Amino acid sequence: MTLKTRIIPCLDVKDGRTVKGVNFVDLRDAGDPVALAKAYDEQGADELCFLDITASHEDRGTLLDIVSATAEQCFMPLTVGGGVRSADNMLALLRAGADKVAINSAAVADPQVISDCAARAGRQCVVVAIDARQSGDSWEIFTHGGRKPTGIDAVEFAKTAESKGAGEILLTSMDRDGTKAGYDLPLLKAITSAVNIPVIASGGAGKADDLPPAILEGGASAVLAASIFHFGEVTLDKARAALSKAGAPVRPFP
Amino acid sequence: MKTIALIDYGSGNLHSAARALRVASNESKKTREIRITHDPAVLQYADRIVLPGVGHFADCAANLRKHDGLIEGLEEAVLRRGVPFLGICVGQQLLATNGLEDGDTPGLNWIAGTVDRIQPGNGYRVPHMGWNALTPTRPHPVLADLGEDPHVYFTHSYAYSNAAEDHVAARTIYGESLIAAVARDNIFATQFHPEKSQRVGLKILSNFVLWQP
Repeated sequence: MTLKTRIIPCLDVKDGRTVKGVNFVDLRDAGDPVALAKAYDEQGADELCFLDITASHEDRGTLLDIVSATAEQCFMPLTVGGGVRSADNMLALLRAGADKVAINSAAVADPQVISDCAARAGRQCVVVAIDARQSGDSWEIFTHGGRKPTGIDAVEFAKTAESKGAGEILLTSMDRDGTKAGYDLPLLKAITSAVNIPVIASGGAGKADDLPPAILEGGASAVLAASIFHFGEVTLDKARAALSKAGAPVRPFP
Repeated sequence: MKTIALIDYGSGNLHSAARALRVASNESKKTREIRITHDPAVLQYADRIVLPGVGHFADCAANLRKHDGLIEGLEEAVLRRGVPFLGICVGQQLLATNGLEDGDTPGLNWIAGTVDRIQPGNGYRVPHMGWNALTPTRPHPVLADLGEDPHVYFTHSYAYSNAAEDHVAARTIYGESLIAAVARDNIFATQFHPEKSQRVGLKILSNFVLWQP
């Protein structure tokens, strides 16, 4: 009888195809983001996240088509990010069928973009994505897919994002991303205690037992992961079981 | 063919609602035309009406009033002719007497009450975002056969704060008890998003399509 921990598979999409290998049983085309979205829908994912990592942003139409085809088949919340520069970009994605839009570099460059987006569609649609790396005793924000240091403190920026109208923060640890060493709990704690909006933990999940600490110690409201789900190392059933056993309530499924 | 009018007033996640309604009507074995519209003429023959809405109460209320004859058309169909009506999220909140998001804005006053910021207390984040248990407070055809321990998707910072108890159809718990659905006569409205609530949500929508109030 309470709000449940959300489990969110994340698909990286490049030029209309999912990247990072995906190893799903019974899936004829593992590179097809729409087929994958459907598979996760059937497994009971609580939300789905598409991140467009297309190097050049000339072909945004492909992303809109994918979002639209996914929304046609999946009746669960869909967050889309990557290359969102303005409220107009956001609205195009929402019209295609996204429920929330993640903004990263553009929000760091000018936090007013967050307010513009929240004013146009409501703050519940606006997810501010923060990519952070440890630097001494604090964490610094990196943008442009983690390549560009900004000198901006992640905790301070999270507070700014909340005050500008973010509905949620998607927090990725650049130090842990891809390491499978578990989520960065000190980073999560620092951010979740600084804001009162939900925070999604991202970066570092390597096994089902990595998920509960993000919620119970880190204070996150949701766990996001890519490869552990794609390769079937952790099924959504296993993820639910691990969270539930540790005392983080999950949605009953089916 | 029978028609479901999905009200387009510039504030809704229309396409999600349209897709889910289409699937739900097929599942209920009743083919319906889903008309996305703000034309009062369509409301004269629509068999069912759905009012979606996301964002601010005040903005949504202003957008609704922008369309000439739309509110009158809705009231004529829903309040006088008893056409089954479904409100979703801010489309539910607009049924209230008033909303307190960024000022005090009048609503449609179809189901008396005030929409105010939720106050879940310490340790609860706002917006209330994610899947939560739906507890019907009385039997209602739109909430029939949802299975054991149904969960639905919420994303909101405001909610009905004081509807009359016999107008409350379902609640959820988030620090406090929140009104999750209101209903009276031919009107049903949800704070959560049935169009985003997977199997449970589609069942609610197909129940609505078949509902004979």
